[in-house]
Amino acid sequence: MQPTTHGSHHAGVHEAHHEELGFWQKYIFSTDHKVIGIQYGITALAFLFFGFCLMMLMRWQIAKPDQPVPFFGALLEKMLGAPAAGGKISSDLYNSFGAMHGTIMVFLGVVPLAFAAFGNYVVPLQIGAIDMAFPRINMVSYQSYAVGGVIMVVSFFIPGGAAQAGWTSYSPLATIIKTHGQLFWIIGMVFLITSSLLGAVNFIATIIQLRAPGMTWMRLPFFVWAQFVTAFLLLLAFPPLEAAAVLQLMDNVAGTSFFLPSGLSITGHGGNPISGGGSPLLWQHLFWFLGHPEVYVLILPGMGVVAEILANNCRKPIWGYKSLVYSVLAIGFLSFIVWAHHMYLTGMGTKISTFFQTTTMIISIPSVVILSCLFLSLWGGSIRFNTPMLFALAFLPMFGIGGLTGLPLGFNYSDLYLHDTYYVIAHFHYVVAPGTIFALFAGVYFWYPKATGRMMSEFWGKVHFWLSLLFINLVFQPMFAQGMAGMIRRMADGGANYSSAKVPGAIGGLSDSIIHLNTVVSHAAWALGLAQLPFIFNFFWSMKHGKPVTSDNPWEATTLDWQTPTPPPHGNFTKPIKVYRGPYEYSVPGQAKDFTPQNQP
Amino acid sequence: MEIPYVTHPREDTGLFNAKVGIWLFLASEVMLFGALFSSYILLRVGAVEGTWPHGLLNVPIGTVNTLVLIISSMTVVMAWASLKMNQFSKFKIYQGITVLCALTFVSIKSFEYRDKFTHYEVILNNGKVVDGHLVERTKDEVVIHEKAKAGEEHGAEVKIAVADIKKMENYGPWHNTYLAIYFTLTGLHALHVIGGAVVIGFLWGPGSKMWKTDPERFTNRIEVSGLFWHFVDLVWIFLFPVLYLL
Repeated sequence: MQPTTHGSHHAGVHEAHHEELGFWQKYIFSTDHKVIGIQYGITALAFLFFGFCLMMLMRWQIAKPDQPVPFFGALLEKMLGAPAAGGKISSDLYNSFGAMHGTIMVFLGVVPLAFAAFGNYVVPLQIGAIDMAFPRINMVSYQSYAVGGVIMVVSFFIPGGAAQAGWTSYSPLATIIKTHGQLFWIIGMVFLITSSLLGAVNFIATIIQLRAPGMTWMRLPFFVWAQFVTAFLLLLAFPPLEAAAVLQLMDNVAGTSFFLPSGLSITGHGGNPISGGGSPLLWQHLFWFLGHPEVYVLILPGMGVVAEILANNCRKPIWGYKSLVYSVLAIGFLSFIVWAHHMYLTGMGTKISTFFQTTTMIISIPSVVILSCLFLSLWGGSIRFNTPMLFALAFLPMFGIGGLTGLPLGFNYSDLYLHDTYYVIAHFHYVVAPGTIFALFAGVYFWYPKATGRMMSEFWGKVHFWLSLLFINLVFQPMFAQGMAGMIRRMADGGANYSSAKVPGAIGGLSDSIIHLNTVVSHAAWALGLAQLPFIFNFFWSMKHGKPVTSDNPWEATTLDWQTPTPPPHGNFTKPIKVYRGPYEYSVPGQAKDFTPQNQP
Repeated sequence: MEIPYVTHPREDTGLFNAKVGIWLFLASEVMLFGALFSSYILLRVGAVEGTWPHGLLNVPIGTVNTLVLIISSMTVVMAWASLKMNQFSKFKIYQGITVLCALTFVSIKSFEYRDKFTHYEVILNNGKVVDGHLVERTKDEVVIHEKAKAGEEHGAEVKIAVADIKKMENYGPWHNTYLAIYFTLTGLHALHVIGGAVVIGFLWGPGSKMWKTDPERFTNRIEVSGLFWHFVDLVWIFLFPVLYLL
């Protein structure tokens, strides 16, 4: 009997393998949009944490310049070698960490999480599609992103360390630093740009072609609209950065002078003078032509997530759906003609500055329209204060602070004073950190039960929320004060060299109280790091032990992503989907329940 | 589970998926080359007056290459039209010509590149400049074939002792900003030509088996690859006057 049992057992396993895809095909080389979305999500969350760790180390150097890093100093020296000699963060290492913090947070963290992860998982579900239009291109998009990420991480360990010229990589600085970090940065960026290009083509084609019958444009959930516009921004704004990267690559390896002006003398450039004739300003134009649409790439998906969660938890239709749609389209268009407001200080001319100042003020109108619509949606709702809703609600004032503090930077004259100070850092972090990242946390808590079939813990979610809200404000509020007092960003000693303690009686020296804020901010940043532990714990623990959902639609939502089995199988829907109504039909008078799904006749 | 509109167009948009995809991709390509052309304009406008070089490239050769690409643009349409008319053997001929044109273009281009890499500017210690193609290079002597001056039929061969040379540099991208943008733009374009030729070549060879199983989808593939090919041609139509004539 023994051999027979053995044989049939084997046959059974074999059959099971034929029916179900193996591990590699199911989780690594998957073409299913949901698996790819989760791949993107987990990788991007890991990169967010990594980027934050870099910042927590930098905060040590800012608060306690030139003192060895406690606990991790020896480890840093072992891993990174000379730049971390003595367990201290040298100026070179500080520059590397700063450049890579920005690069990782923007290109490897927030964009992949907001656009690729949520977009991949949610968009096909919300439009009633069985998958993306080009599933294999989708897979290649993630792989390209992963390769780009690996190149960026590896660059920390090469001699001299990672890129040091800031996430903006301004030339000629980026070209004349003699380490190879910048080369790795450029090549990594080419992979990341390719990834987002493939993703953007796929998203737009999917939204145009694969909407379910009856899903007209004005019945699309706002989240889909936000992703649609975001995809266009990525599609059209990234190629100029790719062009710039190619030119900078030529400057680095082929000895050209695209960004190097005549007469620039570079020590150790093989003894040869450069051919010259290049323009440093050209890099800035090409970079910010991407850079500014990129800001909206960071924020629009967040707004989309917040709109979904607000409508769902207010139990009423989102206020001004059409205004939201037209505003997001207007932002998409205008975001291409505001880029040079990052360059007021370059001497490009007052006429050009005036033009970009005007367009910058105009683009704030649709942004304010969107935020106002979201605020007004709360009016008269019967609000449920669950964890996703708390994060979504916090997004509104936090993004508001970020947006309003941007106005003085958009005006040429006030920007001349505030440019490159900690004020700028505080401003854009309010937009992206307690703005977008809070929206993304809201999204994780909101769609987690759809992806896993289990709820995340409400208690730990609320702990995570309140601690994060408190500490993130303690991190960024003091920076406004520091910036307005004239503290310049990207200083490896936290401004100690310019303090009135060091240079008594100097005009404009940084006072003791301004310098002391460094310590306050650093403590808040480390506390913010600790405040993420409940989230990490909750995220993994709930996969196995969270409360199982009792229905496929635990939030009682109207959009199609909740009208699927949990988790949605390959192909998403069990029956053909037809759409009969708009996305937010909550509390419709005369209906039996307070929500009417889009596919209900 | 099958994704809809892979082969047949969706009614309200009138397009199949890949056609939407390729047009979007081309839009991003327009932005890529658009950024590089803008860079060219900015660099040229910003150059010190009189320093932007002219006449470094061979116009007749460039014209021939332009014609080669225009012919390939026609054959790629004829190939698609043949499939629409159900004439597979004609498709094979036309698309074969397309691939040959692509290879011809790349060969001519690499000949032009070689010409630039063997073209030297030699600055002597006494301030004299010798400009021409390298004939021979030994340990202590360099022979340069100078360009013909006005009234001469052939340029002279000049022998220079290595000890007299202050600086010797060929006409690579490092030589000046014009050559830098020339090599960058044409190099990136050549990569596109090679990429297009690989895809079209695949669909001409092993990929054409699909004609037997799914002729409609195969025809769509030829159309989509053809759209890309037209874009590659179009870029050259801009590159030729900008780099060779202006």
